[in-house]
Amino acid sequence: MSSLLSAPSALREDALRRLKREMWARAVKLGLRSWVGWRRGFTSKADPQRSGRVTAEVIEHLERLALVDFGSLEAVARLEKAIAFADRLRAVDTDGVEPMESVLEDRCLYLRSDNVVEGNCAEELLQNAHRVVEEYFVAPPGNISLPKQDEQEPFSHI
Amino acid sequence: MLGRTLREVSTALKQGHITPTELCQKCLSLIKKTKFLNAYITVSEEVALKQAEESEKRYKKGHSLGDLDGIPVAVKDNFSTSSIETTCASNMLKGYVPPYNATVVQKLLDKGAVLMGKTNLDEFAMGSGSTDGVFGPVKNPWSYSKQYREKRKQKAHGENEDSNWLITGGSSGGSAAAVAAFTCFAALGSDTGGSTRNPAAHCGVVGFKPSYGLVSRHGLIPLVNSMDVPGILTRCVDDAAIVLGMLAGHDPKDSTTIQDPVKPFTLPTSADVNKLCIGIPKEYLAPELSSEVRSFWSKAANLFESEGAKVIEVSLPHTSYSIVCYHVLCTSEVASNMARFDGLEYGHRCDINVSTEAMYAATRREGFNDVVRGRILSGNFFLLKENYENYFIKAQKVRRLIANDFVNVFNSGVDVLLTPTTLSEAVPYLEFIKEDNRTRSAQDDIFTQAVNMAGFLSCLQDCQQ
Repeated sequence: MSSLLSAPSALREDALRRLKREMWARAVKLGLRSWVGWRRGFTSKADPQRSGRVTAEVIEHLERLALVDFGSLEAVARLEKAIAFADRLRAVDTDGVEPMESVLEDRCLYLRSDNVVEGNCAEELLQNAHRVVEEYFVAPPGNISLPKQDEQEPFSHI
Repeated sequence: MLGRTLREVSTALKQGHITPTELCQKCLSLIKKTKFLNAYITVSEEVALKQAEESEKRYKKGHSLGDLDGIPVAVKDNFSTSSIETTCASNMLKGYVPPYNATVVQKLLDKGAVLMGKTNLDEFAMGSGSTDGVFGPVKNPWSYSKQYREKRKQKAHGENEDSNWLITGGSSGGSAAAVAAFTCFAALGSDTGGSTRNPAAHCGVVGFKPSYGLVSRHGLIPLVNSMDVPGILTRCVDDAAIVLGMLAGHDPKDSTTIQDPVKPFTLPTSADVNKLCIGIPKEYLAPELSSEVRSFWSKAANLFESEGAKVIEVSLPHTSYSIVCYHVLCTSEVASNMARFDGLEYGHRCDINVSTEAMYAATRREGFNDVVRGRILSGNFFLLKENYENYFIKAQKVRRLIANDFVNVFNSGVDVLLTPTTLSEAVPYLEFIKEDNRTRSAQDDIFTQAVNMAGFLSCLQDCQQ
């Protein structure tokens, strides 16, 4: 991975693209296939009963933001029902009404004094993590976004 | 002994009629006998016996810590308990052992309570039936009562004994069932939209929701930060008052707890309702309200009136919008609160290692059930830039209107509102699952969530007692 950082930019781009393809193929093999598969199914079927409010773009956007997938058409239908339910709020006249964030808005939030009174519990906290190296939580490489629908490779080689 | 109230048992312990260890053993054996209710996710047998032993030593020396010393209690599994698995009935936190106690748990333990175990709930406290957790649904102890069995025999013949059991309501169903089945004398639940009062109603126990800011939320795995409160479930109102007295008060670890000092209180032995003004909100007379609940509501109102209280009709005009408002605010805050579950520092982690995003996505897909995922996605929808003003801010404005409704009523001389908690009595599981979680929550939370949004306290007691 570190060699990527020192290579000239054109080579780096190429290497990154290759890496993305390999990783995506591996990820799909490991189980994201069904996520991808359901979205393919979604765009190819048009359900006449749905209002069409939740478009494919919105779905993709929400899945990216939430990092949680819909997984099925039923889930999309449920979201549309939830939106229709929420739309009932339009009937309420809220002119001149301030939004209420907390029922305790009339009070000052408590701030304790800035003194260290507890801590030094790194070992305890690390015990709950699956992957740990010395005192570090280990994460996979970052800054790699999930591929868009049109960037997917055909699965014939898997 | 197990059917007594907390106060009665506490007196028995102080007078030496029973020891904490004997009491603990009795509760543990009853928990084993009632395992089919599925009220407990974790039974902390060793911990409980050790705590009972220590309580016994204190009683022998005459140094009891008070009314709660040696009393078996249960805690809903979304409160962090040190060294005891805390799962929120979700795959995401299976195997998660917190390194600290929630403040309310610590307070109970400091007063000598004996922790029997962690009770079952809907996954992440989302639901109104206690049917959607990964450890299975909780069965209402009343499904096995003589009255219900007689009723079932009359309806169908040759039916499988156990197929028509009743739900407990939710999401603190396990806590309610644990108290109703006499396996403990008090249990902690959480209340965001009625999650303590709904199962209390269906299981025939007292469910108390304190005012927002009175009891610390530190250690309660959050659902909706602006509405969550720990709830108390007991078999009588006096017991709930005892527990509340131990739990209420400012906590430096929860900056949303109010700083006003909490004065110790005891309930009067005889209630004098002569000077009380009771309001009956007319909008709560919903068409879906069952005739049985309506008649009990009437009876309660008449009882108060006959004892000298003033009973008047009041209006909470925005009642019909409160469930919609709650739905938007709840899903929005949930979307934010559930973002912490990414598998890195705690909880479930999948095997994918290609990128953080891929790992987070797969972890969350494996860890959360449909209900949780649905709410996260709905919440994210309402928080999108193009929707923020029309949904989230709008809901916050409606919240103010709802809170103002309550304030106006209480400012007009009304001391307390008398309302039903649920639309009908507990339904059989097979009927409950005919509709999805979101629909059921929208139906079942109808009376309870308005109070959460306004922050007021609410107490529920079974009418048939």
